Amino acid sequence: MKTITANRLTDGRVVYRTIDEGWSENATQALRLTPENAETALASALEDQLIVVDPYLIDITGDVGDFTPTGRKHVREAIRLTGPSAGSTKEIAHVSIR
Amino acid sequence: MYQYDEIDRALVDARTAQFREQVNARLSGALSEDEFKPLRLMNGVYLQLHAYMLRVAIPYGVLSSEQLRSLAFIARTYDRGYGHLTTRQNIQYNWPRLVDIPDILDHLAGVGMHAIQTSGNTIRNTTTDPFAGAAADEVADPRPWCELVRQWSTTHPEFTWLPRKFKIAITGSPEDRAAIGVHDIGLRLIRSKAGEIGFEIHVGGGQGRTPVIAKKIRDYLPQRELLAYLTAILRVYNLKGRRDNLYKARIKILVNAMGADCFARAVEAEYEAVRGRALTVPVEEIGRVSAFFAAPPEGRSQTTPPAAPGYDRWHGVNVKPHRVAGRTIVVIPLKAPGKTPGDIDADQMDLVADLADRYGLSEIRVSKEQNLVLPHVDESALESLYTLLDGARLATPNADKASDIVSCPGLDYCNLANARSIPVAQQISRNLHESGLDAVAGKVTIKISGCINACGHHHVANIGLLGVDKAGQEVYQLTLGGVADGDAAIGKILGPGLNAGAAVKAVIACVRVFAEKAAPGEAFTQTLARLGAAPFKEAVYGV
Repeated sequence: MKTITANRLTDGRVVYRTIDEGWSENATQALRLTPENAETALASALEDQLIVVDPYLIDITGDVGDFTPTGRKHVREAIRLTGPSAGSTKEIAHVSIR
Repeated sequence: MYQYDEIDRALVDARTAQFREQVNARLSGALSEDEFKPLRLMNGVYLQLHAYMLRVAIPYGVLSSEQLRSLAFIARTYDRGYGHLTTRQNIQYNWPRLVDIPDILDHLAGVGMHAIQTSGNTIRNTTTDPFAGAAADEVADPRPWCELVRQWSTTHPEFTWLPRKFKIAITGSPEDRAAIGVHDIGLRLIRSKAGEIGFEIHVGGGQGRTPVIAKKIRDYLPQRELLAYLTAILRVYNLKGRRDNLYKARIKILVNAMGADCFARAVEAEYEAVRGRALTVPVEEIGRVSAFFAAPPEGRSQTTPPAAPGYDRWHGVNVKPHRVAGRTIVVIPLKAPGKTPGDIDADQMDLVADLADRYGLSEIRVSKEQNLVLPHVDESALESLYTLLDGARLATPNADKASDIVSCPGLDYCNLANARSIPVAQQISRNLHESGLDAVAGKVTIKISGCINACGHHHVANIGLLGVDKAGQEVYQLTLGGVADGDAAIGKILGPGLNAGAAVKAVIACVRVFAEKAAPGEAFTQTLARLGAAPFKEAVYGV
């Protein structure tokens, strides 16, 4: 199974392609794709260059609403999914006013 | 320190306004991502795993207290309350929004800072000794020359699109603290037999996937001719450097391919064409720039013996001798037990800025070890300074100790990384402190990179870790014997790769061997040279 991910243009945040061909930070809304329809969906996602940067396909497994990245880049995609595994982002309270 | 003049201010203001237009053009669709990417990179804006990353230039690692407060303001207002100091003496923010970056650059411009040339295939921030102008062993202050290189290289039209990025380091002391051996150009200020100050020129060093120690191509260059000679080197590189292969485009590959002697002859030929002309720095200009870096006035000596708990150990490790009576250099390691190397929160930035104002002539340095330095502290204030630093977890006595670990952001943040660096560094740090090893082991450097680009400088660590991707798993290669400063050396792989947990244990085992077997006063590399790799290999692999 696959889904599509990218970084949002305005702030760089990780987003996932949704069923209604939108984008969401909420991974539970991520589109599920088969090998047969993945490339077509990616071609459509690549047209959203005013919304996201460099969409690409990733391998996933799991139920709807709860997926786990798989494949060669599974560690990278797991970190993108859940945030940094260590470091100041986890240790310092979010104080941004934005 | 150097103060911007009208030319500097106009240049930075114009560049900031230009980048605001470029961001707006990207947001409106007037620029595609392919068109925008090289423009944002030229202004220090990367797109990483979770967000944009903004790398702000700290020229040769020198900051004023006002600038550090401004960095704190940006961390609080536009980021997540902290910044990350880099091995190139710069600062990175991990979470800025693209739409906010023009405003951030406006704030930076207001205090004489910017992000120009912190990325891209151009001349990057020149680095130097964090103790410059203060070190007791200094032949000459490298900062005026760093500043002249900054002015010469900033938006230099001939050298804006080089084959690859280009890094210059300058040391003014015999004890190299700028790692000139692993830079594209390494410059050492020396005094000639006639008593004149000039430069020894090294070229073609670097780390990354092909680590190389720079070759000396000139024993002595009169200081006034520095910019002419740099121009000659860059012209040879720009003309002959490879542009067909990203991995063979650095100058180290060219120097190796031509041979150092042949490369030097080509540079000398270019130099003959430009020497003694417009690029020769006028004596008055050297004097004008040097005046910004005048020696500090004498300070006051301590009159009563300090009594604060922990002071003596802190003083013995983190305080360094100064060339001026009554002044000392204080290293502020950003390496508290288990902390992310190089990260500093906004409150800590404000505190250090206040302490610099109160006790250190308002000046701060960033070191390639990802620490801060107060270069001109009044000796009579040391105990008060220690007490206040200690209260903010900034007085860990570990400058140059094993737990003074250098680490890149790794796979937790970086788009290029293959493995995580930060959690490995944190675990090593905790183990070193909890075991007491950190206090008993002598001088040893540990550096960690999350990929072969080597931003964590693992090649030149006494104990280095390189994270790689092996069939989807994070694996770490352990190297021993690297040296960044002085007689630079590239570490050698000790044995098979290790998973993260085993890598932590392996590093601890190597530090333990060093602590147990080192002769009094012996550095790690001396112990390694005397004993060979066998005891370390046995401790790590049991063979």
